[in-house]
Amino acid sequence: MLSRTADHLYWMSRYIERAESLARLVDAHYRMSLLPHSGETLAQSLRSTMTALHMEDAYKERHETIEPRAVFEFVSLDRDYGGSIFSCLRSARENARAVRGSLTSELWETLNSTWLDARALATRRTKQPDIGEFVEWVKERSHLTRGVTIGTMMRDEAFHFTRIGTFLERADSTARILTAHQRDLVPGADAGYVPDPSEWSVLLRALSAFEVYRRVYRDVITPIKVAQLLILRDDMPRSLLRCCKEVYSNLKSVSNDQSAETERRAGEMHAMLHFARMEEITAQGLPRFLEQFLARVRDLGDRVASDFLLPPAEA
Amino acid sequence: MALTLASIPINEGFLASKPYNEMHLTDGASRPHYLRYAQWLADQPPERLAQKRAEADALFHRVGITFAVYGQEEGAERLIPFDIVPRVLPLEEWIRLEGGLKQRVRALNAFIHDIYHDQQILKAGVIPAEQVLCNSQYRPEMQGVDVPGGIYAHIAGIDIIRDDAGEFRVLEDNLRVPSGVSYMLENRKMMMRLFPELFSEHRVAPVDHYPDVLLDNLRSVAPTGVADPTVVLLTAGAHNSAYFEHAFLAQQMGIELVEGQDLFVRDEAVFMRTTQGPQRVDVIYRRIDDDFLDPLVFRPDSMLGVPGLLTAYRAGRITIANAIGTGVADDKSIYPYVPEMIKFYLGQSPIIGNVHTWILRRPADKDYVLAHLPDLVVKEVHGAGGYGMLIGPAATKAEIAAFRKQIIATPERYIAQPTLALSTCPTFSDHSLAPRHIDLRPFVLSGRDVTIVPGGLTRVALREGSLVVNSSQGGGTKDTWVLES
Repeated sequence: MLSRTADHLYWMSRYIERAESLARLVDAHYRMSLLPHSGETLAQSLRSTMTALHMEDAYKERHETIEPRAVFEFVSLDRDYGGSIFSCLRSARENARAVRGSLTSELWETLNSTWLDARALATRRTKQPDIGEFVEWVKERSHLTRGVTIGTMMRDEAFHFTRIGTFLERADSTARILTAHQRDLVPGADAGYVPDPSEWSVLLRALSAFEVYRRVYRDVITPIKVAQLLILRDDMPRSLLRCCKEVYSNLKSVSNDQSAETERRAGEMHAMLHFARMEEITAQGLPRFLEQFLARVRDLGDRVASDFLLPPAEA
Repeated sequence: MALTLASIPINEGFLASKPYNEMHLTDGASRPHYLRYAQWLADQPPERLAQKRAEADALFHRVGITFAVYGQEEGAERLIPFDIVPRVLPLEEWIRLEGGLKQRVRALNAFIHDIYHDQQILKAGVIPAEQVLCNSQYRPEMQGVDVPGGIYAHIAGIDIIRDDAGEFRVLEDNLRVPSGVSYMLENRKMMMRLFPELFSEHRVAPVDHYPDVLLDNLRSVAPTGVADPTVVLLTAGAHNSAYFEHAFLAQQMGIELVEGQDLFVRDEAVFMRTTQGPQRVDVIYRRIDDDFLDPLVFRPDSMLGVPGLLTAYRAGRITIANAIGTGVADDKSIYPYVPEMIKFYLGQSPIIGNVHTWILRRPADKDYVLAHLPDLVVKEVHGAGGYGMLIGPAATKAEIAAFRKQIIATPERYIAQPTLALSTCPTFSDHSLAPRHIDLRPFVLSGRDVTIVPGGLTRVALREGSLVVNSSQGGGTKDTWVLES
């Protein structure tokens, strides 16, 4: 297939996945804001999440203080900020439109109407948009998009590049959410900081992992198990291991004569997580582990781009 | 969408005669081929029709059948209004039209081939040589280049009108990158979805095989010796006003939709950049103008084309459809000579005539036109989109006097035509039906053979009395039916 087509498909699915990840984060914090006495914990969690997502500067240009309501609206609906959910939906649709001929008509119509609805919603925007309802809707649209992708697309290159985009983005997102909460996951790492258990449930809910945790561990929530679940569980759809496994297998399906090194690195990442133990990760330090992981995800993204998406003129 | 019709932007109040009504006879009764439809229409409750019209709008938006509007805010995409009353053609009229269109396009292809080879028609004095060779659309780069099958205009959109006497006439030939066929296909799909019962009551000739015919046609003109040709559609990109159509046709034919940046030329052959490395391309169905095709030969600032494409083309390693240089045959200055081309190349008399045209370089024509300026439309031959045009009935005395001066100074720059009474068809306006002016653009495909999918795109001027069916000026479209019995 055309390199440019693969590029658009890859970014289309990354943007939809990103919109969903952001919606999940907003949703979890929004629920927390409805609880009594959540004030300081909520502000702290919002601050560290925005730092991990590199959103702080753009937010500070608009507001002086971290105000939950303002953060929710900024992340969800800010039309001028390229990282908002609204902008991600627009970018996903723009990428889809550029290759609409390579999508099934069901998939194109899903992405197109998602964008048309989002735009209609943002223009008739009231003083107090219902954030809870909006992020719930975004998650549904993302679920629908994924379902239509899996249910209607040929299992050809177009599909595999779409999936590579989805799982690289998801790996990145899960790692960033863990980064935002690393102080809560490594007790004692930050002297004098006492983790607040309600943050763990924010974290778990943001990753659809709350019920899963209960079922897997049948135990109270402990930081080490939370980390275990989100990093090393192969059967947990948003865990780092699961994402790496999917990236690796989809990469193997599109292999070309210059992609061997990229495949090797993806395979190495998968093997490393597959055979890792939580004790080793905490021994080297969770922050350092996550930092390295994010760097490797970024490296893989760059390599996918240069091997497949933007080959040099005479390649 | 670049549906440019060189029709005359005037109000029907200026017309000397009453336009032909496609549906009704002068006594108000339905024409025979509309009888059953008229009965059905009379039986429909107004609410149902209103609801169906709203449904059509919503569906067109969701599917994204839109054209981009230049110079507006992001995502500025508009629908071309769709009217639910079909334009119906009885079989015998269609058969005649089809014969006339095939004849005309065969002659036009023969003409382009001749112009870029021996120029017999110029030597015979049928058309003045400077009309052709000094035309800005004449491409000297094409002189002596052989193209597969001698076919230049693989896809032609011929604009047809019906005059007040009920005769079909050709208003304009579009031989460069004619658009609109996607609306023909989507309008039919929409009608079948909204009113399935109509299609069980009428035998409407199908059109949905157009993409297959088009692909087959494009493959048939691949460079000789290519067994299984790879065809691509070259677009200017998602911001082009006709992008929907490009994406739609590429998908329907199952071919790659490429932009200039996806292609490159190596050793006089064209390749596309794929995830599996370079892949050879044999036929380019291009939807960008000549000027942008190859920055090394034509406009050097073009980012849309492929450097070196013309070299590969001249070497016979790639087919470009339509060929480079077809514009010389659809120019206003050449149009009046098409009936004579038909006689010259085919030895036949034209089945469908032109709109009567006075060529002002001819002294007799010039004298007539100068004596009748207030009744005529005068067009500058290289002008486009209404520039350099005098609409006699709507012009002031001063404008007519100014034009008279220009005509006397340089008569060869002008042609003149009568003001045309385009036929009308009942059309929804708000909540009631009213006659609106229409035209017809059938799409003629030339390759191994000449084929036409029955019907074409009917465009309708939605404003009362307007004769402008252009989509950028309040024009809409209708489904076009050819009845098989």
